[in-house]
Amino acid sequence: MAGAKEIRTQIGSIKNTSKITKAMEMVAASKMRKAQSRMAATRPYAEKMRNVIGHLFHAHPEYKHTFMIEREVKRIGYIIVSSDRGLCGGLNNNLFRRLFKELKEHRDAGIEVDFCTIGNKALGFFGRFGGNIVSQAVHLGDTPHIENLIGTVKVMLDAYADGKIDRISIAYNQFVNTMTQSPTFEQLVPIIPSTAEEELKHHWDYIYEPGSKEVLDNLLGRYVESLVYQAVVENGACEQSARMVAMKAASDNAGELIDELQLIYNKARQAAITQEISEIVGGAAAV
Amino acid sequence: MAMTIHVDIVSAEGEIFSGLAEMVYAPAVMGEVGIAPRHTPLVTQLKPGEVRVDTGNSKGMQHFYVSGGILEIQPHVVTVLADTAIRAVDLDEAAAQEAKRRAEDAMSDRSAEFEYAKAQSELAEAVAQLRAIERIRKGKRS
Repeated sequence: MAGAKEIRTQIGSIKNTSKITKAMEMVAASKMRKAQSRMAATRPYAEKMRNVIGHLFHAHPEYKHTFMIEREVKRIGYIIVSSDRGLCGGLNNNLFRRLFKELKEHRDAGIEVDFCTIGNKALGFFGRFGGNIVSQAVHLGDTPHIENLIGTVKVMLDAYADGKIDRISIAYNQFVNTMTQSPTFEQLVPIIPSTAEEELKHHWDYIYEPGSKEVLDNLLGRYVESLVYQAVVENGACEQSARMVAMKAASDNAGELIDELQLIYNKARQAAITQEISEIVGGAAAV
Repeated sequence: MAMTIHVDIVSAEGEIFSGLAEMVYAPAVMGEVGIAPRHTPLVTQLKPGEVRVDTGNSKGMQHFYVSGGILEIQPHVVTVLADTAIRAVDLDEAAAQEAKRRAEDAMSDRSAEFEYAKAQSELAEAVAQLRAIERIRKGKRS
């Protein structure tokens, strides 16, 4: 019985693997639902924040904050949002690949880059290839909290305020639907005002308490933080759905493999039996 | 009917309150402010305290605790952007230092120059693997 035993052990091990992938698929599916509702919960804040910032740009504050002023770009800070764990298909790799293209363009244009990584995968990737990582955050877990991001983002904002970098961009996966996640790059600072806001024609301004500088410093910092936080939450939902899809594919593949191996095993077994019978018959004839 | 103003209280991790009110009281850094409809535009920081919303209907006065945040007033809309974290300049600074230190730890044994060629080859490999898996799957289906 050539190989029958080996095939049987192979089937056994594939079955074990498929049990694991099946379990991971189900875990990811339930986490995905939670991550999606979290994403929905963070939306109002981001929306309101965007409204306020939109208003602010139409107001005429006597104090121009550095985050509102464009300057010549010599160095760009990238905030890269990735997952902490793997086994989620091409989610992180697709993002890095797209980012890589951009980085190359910057290099050709003589623009330098700094990185701020969020998540293990980005840290690992950019750590492996060098690159100047100025700050990082890992192990945010399934329920990321904004506290864990404040410091990480502040490093970037301070660098911008000090004039060390001239633009801050963020790279993350945008959640389109369960099957699709699209790698997205956005410019965070200098802040681009939303054009959708209806124009407030007359000249007006807020009353700032205690003063426009304090309020704007505070507000714009939070604005950037909230955008980063939203990106992290969105990336979390992407991760779970990408993992669910990847694990489903793996389970399906395992099933197909088992079917094929079962067929081979049956054939081998049949061949062995036939051979045995013919040997017995041959032996009996010889006696 | 009395004049009302729209109030939104949101924090980064969820919506807290959204609705109409006759009067809103909030703990601004310069002292508590009371906001009636058609208040002049104003932005201010909030200190930890209580935001009270007088809905004027059967629900009466509603209380929300905020640990700080930002208050924006437009003539017909009041927005409270509440903080979920406790914020202070030195706390933020400590968090930033911590994030920096972690990054330095992670970078300690590596060069600061991004190695494009190496990164590209690894990415190409990963992508090729993904493509191969895809192709095998498609091949099986047909």
